[in-house]
Amino acid sequence: MLRTRSILMFSVAMALSTAAFAQDKTVKVGNLSDQSGLYSDLGGPGSTLAAQMAVEDSGLVAKGWKIDVISGDHQNKPDVGTNIARQWLDVDKVDVIVDVPSSGVALAVNTVVREKNGVFLNSGAAASDLTNSQCSPNTVHWTYDTYLLANGTGKAVVKAGGDSWFFLTADYAFGAALERDTTAVINANGGKVLGAVRHPLNTSDFSSFLLQAQSSKAKVIGLANAGGDTTNAIKQAAEFGIVSGGQKLAALLLFITDVHSLGLNVAQGLVFTETFYWDMNDQTRAFSKRFSERMKTKAPPSMVHAGVYASLIHYFKALEALGGNPHDGAKVVAKMKEMPTDDPLFGKGVIRIDGRKIHPGYLFEVKKPSESKGPWDYYKLIATIPAEEAFTPLSQSTCPLVKK
Amino acid sequence: MLGINTQALFGQLLLGLINGSFYALLSLGLAVIFGMLNIINFAHGALFMMGAFCAYFLLTWFDLNYWWALVLAPLIIGAFGIVIQHTLLRRIAGLDHLYSLLLTFGLALIIQGVFLNYYGSSGLPYAIPTALQGGTNLGFMFLPNYRAWVVVVSLVVCLATWFLIERTRFGSYLRAATENPQLVSAFGINVPLMITLTYGLGVGLAALAGVLAAPINQVRPLMGADFIIVVFAVVVIGGMGSILGSIVTGFALGIIEGLTKYFYPEASNTVVFLLMVLVLLVKPTGLTGKAA
Repeated sequence: MLRTRSILMFSVAMALSTAAFAQDKTVKVGNLSDQSGLYSDLGGPGSTLAAQMAVEDSGLVAKGWKIDVISGDHQNKPDVGTNIARQWLDVDKVDVIVDVPSSGVALAVNTVVREKNGVFLNSGAAASDLTNSQCSPNTVHWTYDTYLLANGTGKAVVKAGGDSWFFLTADYAFGAALERDTTAVINANGGKVLGAVRHPLNTSDFSSFLLQAQSSKAKVIGLANAGGDTTNAIKQAAEFGIVSGGQKLAALLLFITDVHSLGLNVAQGLVFTETFYWDMNDQTRAFSKRFSERMKTKAPPSMVHAGVYASLIHYFKALEALGGNPHDGAKVVAKMKEMPTDDPLFGKGVIRIDGRKIHPGYLFEVKKPSESKGPWDYYKLIATIPAEEAFTPLSQSTCPLVKK
Repeated sequence: MLGINTQALFGQLLLGLINGSFYALLSLGLAVIFGMLNIINFAHGALFMMGAFCAYFLLTWFDLNYWWALVLAPLIIGAFGIVIQHTLLRRIAGLDHLYSLLLTFGLALIIQGVFLNYYGSSGLPYAIPTALQGGTNLGFMFLPNYRAWVVVVSLVVCLATWFLIERTRFGSYLRAATENPQLVSAFGINVPLMITLTYGLGVGLAALAGVLAAPINQVRPLMGADFIIVVFAVVVIGGMGSILGSIVTGFALGIIEGLTKYFYPEASNTVVFLLMVLVLLVKPTGLTGKAA
């Protein structure tokens, strides 16, 4: 008797709840990115396009959902980013903020989204703090982080004999996190760090810093920077005879758009870590073809674009499973963590309790010009970092959400 | 950190000089345009960027190498500047400086936006010409041949421009025309044509700097935006409109910035502005400027 009554009550509750949620199938996606500065090629308009493609491919619109994608330019400034995030969450009723490259902005937006109970699917930022000390029940960090970069590139370079390092570090949260995580890996593998110089974000001339790195006599010059800063540093290192003088460059974070901009002549032989490359399998090629056809610059997707797409695909699956009501961010993220992920770009994976998306990392080397068969044919895979080794183990996590 | 290594110091001084040659070349163009035409040309950075893109297009579309670009890009972009002057800037001649500042600033944003839209922010590769590849080991540092070339070209062009304006008949007409256009045209000199050509010259200097920068920086839509603010600070410190002042200040600031990169790299982007504030506090007309 008791049993049938509880079943009855349960089904009534279910019916009521689905009825209530059924009216709320409006979702607003906000792509908050660097739309015009040095990171706009790896995120920017491409991320907006990736978000739109995710909406189209989710199939939810055909099922009666109303999904809008809007975009904003945070100009790599944390104050600008938080202002837009507040405006979006408070006034414009944005449910999910995606991308947000530049770790300083991402950490600031992370706090705002948590306070307003939204959803934050980060793809562009690198700082591993997002899923450690700063972790949040409203945040998923999808594509990569500084721990992965350090463990991928850092470890590979030290193992290949590069045991003394000098860092050129971008002087903000991201550079500091990358230098910190890479230093830990270098020390753990028996190498040592001889020094570092912190340069301002968006530096056009690296010659002074390169000269300091050169006189340090370190075997490896680690570039803990990104985008235009990295390409300028690599190009000028070639000019100043750094590599021909016997020192190696380790570009800790390099995107396909950077390789394209450098050209294979300069970039060949660089080893770096990414989690996505357009030419990995049929599915990534098919997606990339559709993507680049719609890009103004005709570029294939960067791993950041891929992360925006894949994280939204998973987000929409969670929304569909919940039946609606995207406005309770923590609940949606909890559902996303509960469901295993499976998408054409990153394959099967999971989102851990700390918000870290788990998938393999890949160690790539830039091809020689003679090896490249066509436009954007730039990478060869040299090693795969298994998913379970790619990111901070939960046992070492400093995230308060992780129960120990 | 404070143990100063003289070798490294020499290296930094030389690098400062190299960067200073870009500042000098760009601020020279600005000073010519401001001193002669009273236009605050905020589009200078965008035109510098167009110079670099022009070199890239000449290479990829017409197979014309760096040496051609060095001659053709300033002419092409200079002609573009003349079109801007003739169609837009001429209309606001005689109005307050603010109008030219706003107009050229808007132009710069439009030009940058168009290039960003089609070429993205990370830019395009442009190789150092084969004749200038490699470098020389000076003992205290490795000096790439290309950088030495940049300093030489920049010095020659700066001095030639100074000579043209301060020491030739054309220059004296020009200076007279900025003092009193009515009187000069009464002598039968075509003042509007001279002004148009002068704007073209200033723009050509920006484009030349762009071609010189193309192999060092990436050819990027925002390369000018990064430079222009610093260059304006150089012009302000040197004294608005002073030709020699902007050349000397350009080189000097390059060196000061280079030293900052060695002693306190975090401040290397701000040191120029700190100096600007100090100079303005002590001598509001700039180091070589005369009181209005």
